[in-house]
Amino acid sequence: MLMAVSGVLFIGFVLAHMYGNLKAFGGHDSFNEYAYHLRVIGEPLLPHEGFLWLFRIGLLAAIIVHVGCAVALWRRAGKARTVKYVVTKNKASSVSSRTMRWGGLTILVFIIWHLLNFTIVKVNPNTGDTGSAAGDPYNLLVDTFDVWWMTVIYLVALVALGMHLHHGIWSSAQTLGLTNNDRARRNAKAIGAILAIVVAGGFSLVPIFVLAGVITK
Amino acid sequence: MKLTLNIWRQADSASPGKIHNYELDEVSEDMSFLEMLDVLNEELNAKGEEPIAFDSDCREGICGMCGLMINGEAHGPEVTTTCQLHMRSFKDGDSITVEPWRADAFPVVKDLVVDRGALDRIIAQGGYISVNTGAAPDAHATPVPKDKADRAFEAAACIGCGACVAACPNGSASLFLGAKITHLGELPQGQAERDSRVVNMVGQHDHEGFGGCTNIGECTAACPKEIPLDVISRLNWDLHAALRHGK
Ligand code: HEM
Ligand code: SF4
Ligand code: FES
Repeated sequence: MLMAVSGVLFIGFVLAHMYGNLKAFGGHDSFNEYAYHLRVIGEPLLPHEGFLWLFRIGLLAAIIVHVGCAVALWRRAGKARTVKYVVTKNKASSVSSRTMRWGGLTILVFIIWHLLNFTIVKVNPNTGDTGSAAGDPYNLLVDTFDVWWMTVIYLVALVALGMHLHHGIWSSAQTLGLTNNDRARRNAKAIGAILAIVVAGGFSLVPIFVLAGVITK
Repeated sequence: MKLTLNIWRQADSASPGKIHNYELDEVSEDMSFLEMLDVLNEELNAKGEEPIAFDSDCREGICGMCGLMINGEAHGPEVTTTCQLHMRSFKDGDSITVEPWRADAFPVVKDLVVDRGALDRIIAQGGYISVNTGAAPDAHATPVPKDKADRAFEAAACIGCGACVAACPNGSASLFLGAKITHLGELPQGQAERDSRVVNMVGQHDHEGFGGCTNIGECTAACPKEIPLDVISRLNWDLHAALRHGK
């Protein structure tokens, strides 16, 4: 249940984050203005970056809860069957549902990498500059995705995210007790599949268009 | 037909087991899977070897005793119990691996026999309704809406065989639990103990060492009674409701 609620928070976050990223199509100023706006929401009621920090703390708490639940489930499953089968067969389950743990870990590693890249250290893989020398948000983004292997890393992570959402969205509906008949279950699965494609696809557009030279400085 | 059987042999719960290979000739496709094992056991007996221990009772698909893992599928390739599985589902020359249910909550007693007492202990924690004994009440004394009756009946088809646990990658018994919760929770007679039932049964489930459900869905595919996955949603809903009511 905590797993489902924290997961649903992430869904809200990735949708908002994707919307922000797509501003890159609006060009340099539109994207930077958005990044700036994030830092001043709520002023003067909240201090500079106040809203952003509230948001960050909320997300961090959700990640801790989510990973904590994942570890607990993983350990319970390990203890529930210590002698393995000689032969196993999957009859009905999706690949997404069977890769929640490793896929989730992939996403976690990626999140750390991603924050180093764009937020905490700000590494510009093109110029080698770090910190504020790495450029403003938009330029750092374009420089990053001009490097082909960075784009590849991001695309791999997005496939992992899409798969995690494919199972996670319907699974959270079930965990919250919202799928009490056939039709509700089919709908939840369909929403999961559609949102997974929208999110993974939506996030992919920016890196791909940068690498293809459509989005430039 | 001629078969190669790779069967798990284990003297008792304390000793380690391993797969033994047997060749069996002249298997008729009209035999049930258990009759095929009976034939193998007669051969083993004739040779003075220890026969293979496996469970069965009704042999008509209603008691839930006969669960075996057959080539990685609980109750084998058809949607039915092992006793109702026939050898026509296999081909001449097939190699068939037979293992007991694997879950630490279901310890192996001998060979293919496991102790499913954990499921009984879950039932004892609330999988019933409390009524006074005596003359049966009139059948129409308590009206039940048709859709609820149908739903309860569907869930009540669960025979407690444990295939859902055996098939679940997490070793969870949530489909079994969900079936019991839905069966009693949909009926008027089940309301009085609805909250305490779900809390106590889930508590016992976790205490027995079953895993947590992540909605993978292998259980429903393995279930010989086709219990649908949405009983687990009902289970979660009832559990949250009970916790809200402070149980
Ligand atoms: C930080 C690294 C992450 C790890 C280690 C992780 C791991 C897991 C695991 C093991 C599950 C349980 C499997 C299941 O219930 O089917 C799960 C479920 C889920 N995850 Fe993640 N995950 C991570 C990140 C994310 C992110 C970024 C999102 C959203 C964008 C997300 C959304 C979900 C959802 C919605 C569920 C379903 C919850 C439920 O079934 O109740 N997860 N995750
Ligand atoms: S839910 Fe199905 S597989 Fe599980 S114990 Fe009941 S009948 Fe067997
Ligand atoms: S022996 Fe009773 S269900 Fe198979």
